[in-house]
Amino acid sequence: MKNKIKCAVTTENISAIAVFVFFLLYPMLHSAYKVLNMANFLITVILALSLALIWGYTGIFSYAQAAFYGIGGYTYAIFCKNFANPSLTPIFLIAGVLAGFLVALVLGYFMFYGGVNDVFVALVTMCFTLVLETFLAQTAGPEWAIGKAQLGGFNGINAVTPLTFGAFPVKGEALYALVLLLVLAIYLALRIMEKRNLGYCLLSIRENRARSEMFGYNTAKIQMVIFAVSGAIAALAGVLYTSWGGYIVPSAVGMTQATMPVVLVAAGGRKNPTAVVIFTLFYLVLSQNLAASGSQYSLVILGLILLLVVLFVPKGIIHSLFEIIDEKAAVLLKNGSIRTGGKANEQKNP
Amino acid sequence: MSKKILELLNVSKNFGGLKAVDDVSLSIEEGSLHCLIGPNGAGKTTIFKLIMGIYPPSEGKILFDGQDISRMPTYRRVREGISIKMQIPGVYLDLSLYDNIRIAVQKYVSYHMIPSEINRLISLVGIEDIGNPLVCNMPHGQQQWLEIAMSLASQPKLLLLDEPAAGMGPEETEFTSKIVKRINEQGTTIIFIDHDMDFVSKIARRTTVLHYGKIFAEGTFDEIHNNEDVINIYLGKV
Repeated sequence: MKNKIKCAVTTENISAIAVFVFFLLYPMLHSAYKVLNMANFLITVILALSLALIWGYTGIFSYAQAAFYGIGGYTYAIFCKNFANPSLTPIFLIAGVLAGFLVALVLGYFMFYGGVNDVFVALVTMCFTLVLETFLAQTAGPEWAIGKAQLGGFNGINAVTPLTFGAFPVKGEALYALVLLLVLAIYLALRIMEKRNLGYCLLSIRENRARSEMFGYNTAKIQMVIFAVSGAIAALAGVLYTSWGGYIVPSAVGMTQATMPVVLVAAGGRKNPTAVVIFTLFYLVLSQNLAASGSQYSLVILGLILLLVVLFVPKGIIHSLFEIIDEKAAVLLKNGSIRTGGKANEQKNP
Repeated sequence: MSKKILELLNVSKNFGGLKAVDDVSLSIEEGSLHCLIGPNGAGKTTIFKLIMGIYPPSEGKILFDGQDISRMPTYRRVREGISIKMQIPGVYLDLSLYDNIRIAVQKYVSYHMIPSEINRLISLVGIEDIGNPLVCNMPHGQQQWLEIAMSLASQPKLLLLDEPAAGMGPEETEFTSKIVKRINEQGTTIIFIDHDMDFVSKIARRTTVLHYGKIFAEGTFDEIHNNEDVINIYLGKV
């Protein structure tokens, strides 16, 4: 067995290339408004990938991704309001990401070292999200200010400075390019990690936490660190969103926002980042079109999708499609030279 | 006299009102092949879980290599040199045989040494002929052998085997006994639990009988086999 990472010809890999080529060509084929809109969708893809890391890879069902998203956004906005210097915004971005990381680290420490696992993690993180939303929503009074930044209650913080590199504000296509680059970097990191020691370690914890400990893994520490990293990724999405829209409000931390990545990741295929990217994009385009005819329709569809997925395709719609196509292709190409990733294939000897 | 690798000193474990392990003191010599037997509910698996740190003892001390490990977390006990094969195989069904062993191995060798270490463990257990199937397609006996290979990845000084031959036919049991003897001959101390007396008679050098969480008898297999009280507890007379 060689320890090199192989890139097999699978439906997943072909789809991934197609999707990223589509993203790359998108600004050339669409208006500035649509590009900006797609940048927002890609920010949600980052949020969904943060959940794929903690839930899909590590088996920890977190409801707190929206909370970390909000922490990142609020931190960035508070710094921007206190230091009216656009050239410092990259540092504020790092501060936002660090805030998400540290809050997740502390929360993760108490949960995983305290022996909280499985459904109780979902409950604790849900409560954390609810508390944060409730707290932020009641900060309308003038006493709720951090330095010059008024938290603003339901109205949140507005007129936030966009990310600026030197004298160059990251807006429009530049913001799109930055977000796409970050999506690609996170996606590739997850895919590469899958076949490295860390990927196998997380898989081991996801499938059988108690047994992993008996192989010498410090599961509580690994869970805490991965939870913190996923919090940092969610916070990054929050910072980008705040820079994109110039505002951050408590509803960004609300239960609807917290539920969305859960459904997107579950419906796409939580163990498969390509499926998560594709389904997130598909859903956001669909829901925006539906929103034009009635804003609550998209939420109804979101709930319906979750119900159907749980009942009929627990592995996720896109992930299951990948498997079906790979297995059909394996049968068709049985005597060919293409190596597919379908489960039906005999595993290659090392 | 050989060095004591493991000592249980007056260890008890209570679950509410139930005393699953009651004031057990047990010494295991380095390099020995020791068997724990007893009727269901005697506390054998609980003792294994106490040694691994899955449960903390309610009373008493556990010493490993002279060090008190009573409050040490499981992963640190593994790193100190204790390993276990559980009663129900803790293998990863959706992965291949190699990937299963890789999970166990990667913690203890450098990245480029992983393939050769996997092959070493496969040879040590003697399962080269199985190939590399998905574990969900492997029969129960092969899954047990795979788990023994995985439990050897940390190169333990002490290996705990909870019913290594459970659910196996005569040929598989024979193969398992050879695996256990081979591992022991290479210097690993082994404590195992089994109900199959033929299997126990083939490999155990010393046997401890547990009953209602207490040590009921201890000696060589022949001594235990001919002990009337032991026969009676297995038949339910004591």
